[in-house]
Amino acid sequence: MSVIVSLLRRLEGPQTLGRGRGFWSLFALVLGGAVAYPLFSDGYTVGNTVYFFVWVFIALSLSLIWGYGGSLSFGQTAFFGIAGYGYGILTINFGAGYGFTWVALLLAIAFAALFALLLGYFMFFGRIAGVFLGIVTLAVTLMLERFMAQTAGPEWHIGAARLNGFNGMSAMPPLMIPWFDEPIVLFADIGLYYVVLGMLVVVYLGLRVLMNSSFGNVIVAIRENPERAEMLGYDIRKYQLITFVIGAALAGLSGVLYTVWGQYITPSSMGMTAAALPLIWVAVGGRSDLTTTVIGTLVVLSGFQALTIYGSQYALVFMGVLLVATVLVAPNGLVLGIINWITRLARRRKQEAA
Amino acid sequence: MDIATLAFSALYQFGDAFAFLVLSACGLAVIFGMMGVINLAHGEFIMCGAYVTAATVHAGLPLPLGILCGTLVAALVGVLVELLVIRHLYDRPLDTIVATWGLSLIATQGTLILVGSTMAGVGTPFGSFQVGAYSYSVYRIVLFLAALAVLGALYALFNWTRFGVLARATIQVPHMAAALGVDTRLIYSLTFACGAGLAGLAGGLYAPTMTLVPTMGATFIMEAFVTVVIGGADVFLGTAPAGGVLAVVKSAMTSWQGQLFGQIGLLIAVIIVVRVLPKGISGFVLRERT
Repeated sequence: MSVIVSLLRRLEGPQTLGRGRGFWSLFALVLGGAVAYPLFSDGYTVGNTVYFFVWVFIALSLSLIWGYGGSLSFGQTAFFGIAGYGYGILTINFGAGYGFTWVALLLAIAFAALFALLLGYFMFFGRIAGVFLGIVTLAVTLMLERFMAQTAGPEWHIGAARLNGFNGMSAMPPLMIPWFDEPIVLFADIGLYYVVLGMLVVVYLGLRVLMNSSFGNVIVAIRENPERAEMLGYDIRKYQLITFVIGAALAGLSGVLYTVWGQYITPSSMGMTAAALPLIWVAVGGRSDLTTTVIGTLVVLSGFQALTIYGSQYALVFMGVLLVATVLVAPNGLVLGIINWITRLARRRKQEAA
Repeated sequence: MDIATLAFSALYQFGDAFAFLVLSACGLAVIFGMMGVINLAHGEFIMCGAYVTAATVHAGLPLPLGILCGTLVAALVGVLVELLVIRHLYDRPLDTIVATWGLSLIATQGTLILVGSTMAGVGTPFGSFQVGAYSYSVYRIVLFLAALAVLGALYALFNWTRFGVLARATIQVPHMAAALGVDTRLIYSLTFACGAGLAGLAGGLYAPTMTLVPTMGATFIMEAFVTVVIGGADVFLGTAPAGGVLAVVKSAMTSWQGQLFGQIGLLIAVIIVVRVLPKGISGFVLRERT
């Protein structure tokens, strides 16, 4: 019991924005709205909202590694792709019966995490940091895309699953919950919506607890000053590696859910553009906080989709401009910048009143 | 096939890989070595050089002049980018990566909108010659010589000119150089322009050998990154030897299993080198020297 209480106490702390009754009642309000939302909407729009939610996990993973940990990783889309392909290969080979889709989900995520462990070992124990980390992860991502893009021939298959080169894999079964007579199939509408929403809440709250625990404080200490953290006796390589692996698992979850959502995955989901988009959401939202990352991702994604309707070519140019402008004008992110500005204003108001 | 033709074939492939690695990396290496900035829009400067070269050749200029135009235009764009964006981010190297990535997105997509999905190419000049049973392109030899010439010219620029001396002073201790009256901002601008120009040169030189599409920069950057990571911060102690080593890896893997495995070989090489020599070859050499 006391363990649970102490965990709940970690839900707020120095590393996350939002505390007190006001924040949590707002949180409950938003959550209630999200739960009630499918009642007022049609299946297609709900499915589209699931698509937005799917991307929030990869954004949170980037916030964890880049915003909290201070190491810029372009490799998140690689883990995304590995897990997505992993899910496809597993379910096409072993079917979807007896709840195997959930085993495949976990295995695919574990596979992405294992890959990150291997790559992260070479990088962090080689003590590369800063810009080099970004380049190496980007090179790995581009390499994976090129590799998957050339697997068009029939000789590229794993078991029954053809990799299909640039056209990507499709027709993998969606997630299914085993039930008495007949399993509940989670197609990309209301069923999947509630499952993904549940995962999102668990991951968001879990990350809040993690970042406010002593582990999270060490991660932030490493971001602020690696040498000092090391002098205090922490093996920063291990902490960085663990963060990297957790981030990879989250990106992998995103990849599996994406595959489940559309029942297809292509190599271009690991390409340059795909790798740039999560970076834009996180940078615009405010990378050093979980809440602003979630808000930023949802806002920028829906903006991007709205723009795409009027001209997808210009939407990408606009995203690029948005990214450059954010870095130049509000390096901490637009959403976080606005929130900080409001709190400062409120505090000044209070001081003047007093 | 006798030993001599086999040896020539291996040598030719090595030279080809070496030229590609060095030419695509040296612009990136100059900027990184001098300013610690990784320019993720590097591939787009290469694309810019290639497009301008092709456009001027179509307008009737001879190829060498076209390449010169490509280089100059890329350098000018470099000056502009430095003034508008990079200059404000010198104390935040990670943010420079992010910002230049935004620029690369804008440039790729902008080119797609303005010029279209592809551009008419330029024929490869000089034809080919025969050794043993295989024929080889003369232009690839020219590219190899061009790579050597670029390395030589950079050496001369940084060692024998006033700009080179000021630039090296600025790398070593920026504040001291500024205190001695060096306009470090101007030096940074010129260096960035120099790196962008080198990228444009690479694009111009390779324009006759590849299809011109807005995403062509992506073909270069992986090789460029790998070379710079393995080489480290110094162009001569790093990029050139890294190019040599990687060219061996790449040409051997390519002739064994094909193009893709050449690239996978590069990637594995970089991950191992990062673990063993985190500061690259030049970091290793310089530590040995002191």
